Amino acid sequence: MIGASRPRQVQRAGPPFLPMLYAFTALFAFQLLGELLVQWLHLPLPGALAGMLLLLAALLAYGRVPEALERTAGGLLQNMMLLFIPAIAGVMLHFDRIAREWLPFLVAGIAGAAITLAVTAWTLRWLLRDSADTRPTEDERT
Amino acid sequence: MMDALPTLAAWLAASPLPWLVLTMLAYTLTLALYRRSGAHPLLIPPLTATALVVAVLLATGTPYATYRTGTGLLSFLIGPATVALAIPLFAQRGRIRQLWRPLGVALLAGCTAAIVSAVLLAWALGGTRETLLSLAPKSATMPIALPVAERLGGLPSLTAVAVAVTGIAGAVLAAPLLRLLRVHDPAVRGFAIGLTAHAIGTARELQVHPTAGAFAALAMSLNGVATAVLVPVCVAAMPWLGR
Repeated sequence: MIGASRPRQVQRAGPPFLPMLYAFTALFAFQLLGELLVQWLHLPLPGALAGMLLLLAALLAYGRVPEALERTAGGLLQNMMLLFIPAIAGVMLHFDRIAREWLPFLVAGIAGAAITLAVTAWTLRWLLRDSADTRPTEDERT
Repeated sequence: MMDALPTLAAWLAASPLPWLVLTMLAYTLTLALYRRSGAHPLLIPPLTATALVVAVLLATGTPYATYRTGTGLLSFLIGPATVALAIPLFAQRGRIRQLWRPLGVALLAGCTAAIVSAVLLAWALGGTRETLLSLAPKSATMPIALPVAERLGGLPSLTAVAVAVTGIAGAVLAAPLLRLLRVHDPAVRGFAIGLTAHAIGTARELQVHPTAGAFAALAMSLNGVATAVLVPVCVAAMPWLGR
């Protein structure tokens, strides 16, 4: 019963590893280029951000995203939260300061987020009010 | 046999593997819980998984530095993940070209609101200068916010917490607040969430709606650049903040 539904083509069974390797090579290479550019020109940007802009420029020049890169990048971005856990766990170094300054800290974090959301959403909606026809619709494919 | 246990404990303490496994297990478990709960905002993995990790570190008396070194591989991958943001941006190139002016103005307004509201609120409630500077870049994504705070004299690990609090607050508040403001356009919604709640909000939007997710990724990357440029300007414009 179990054997009956086993896929015929073994190579289709798992996620392909080699395309992922190509994609990571490209991502690391663009990060390296970005870091070098930032060091060289003394830019006030993190190197990875410069690498992102360089990759964007390369994709615009190339005209499309290679499938391997699209799949790997999608998976990486959807699980980006995993990568931040070690940095957030640094909260344990600051229990004392947070015990003393929890009120300014939390209010700035929570009320600040609400203010930022409202200002951004209002501004953008107001600026787009006349361009209903250019505005992307709910069901439009991305 | 009796000597084996301390040796094993010493080996475990020196190896990065237990901390890597702990973090990945905490993430996969809390992600499964989050999905099963129907994406309840208070169960988002950065909050629950981190709580789990910190609880284990405190219970085992492990210093944070040991854990940080052990999970260096995960932190290192933030770099290529940041580079990978070029792909959702590229997918939205048509709309960016079409809407660059409103998006640029909304970016400037939102980025300034994020920096100024954080610094002024914390200042009014008696925050110290180090706390204010650590809070200033909190709407930017971590790989950008941390070096920006450090350069100005803030504490990078405190900034990491501020970034997380903001991201979680933004992701939790976004749905009710934007409904209250009657914002229904997924592009506007995604842009506001990505600008405010960076990677945490974007990861959530990417799972909910493709257009909102793409605009969130766009806003997050643009706000990273804008924050790196505007935080030093805003801090210089408010010299009376120090105590």
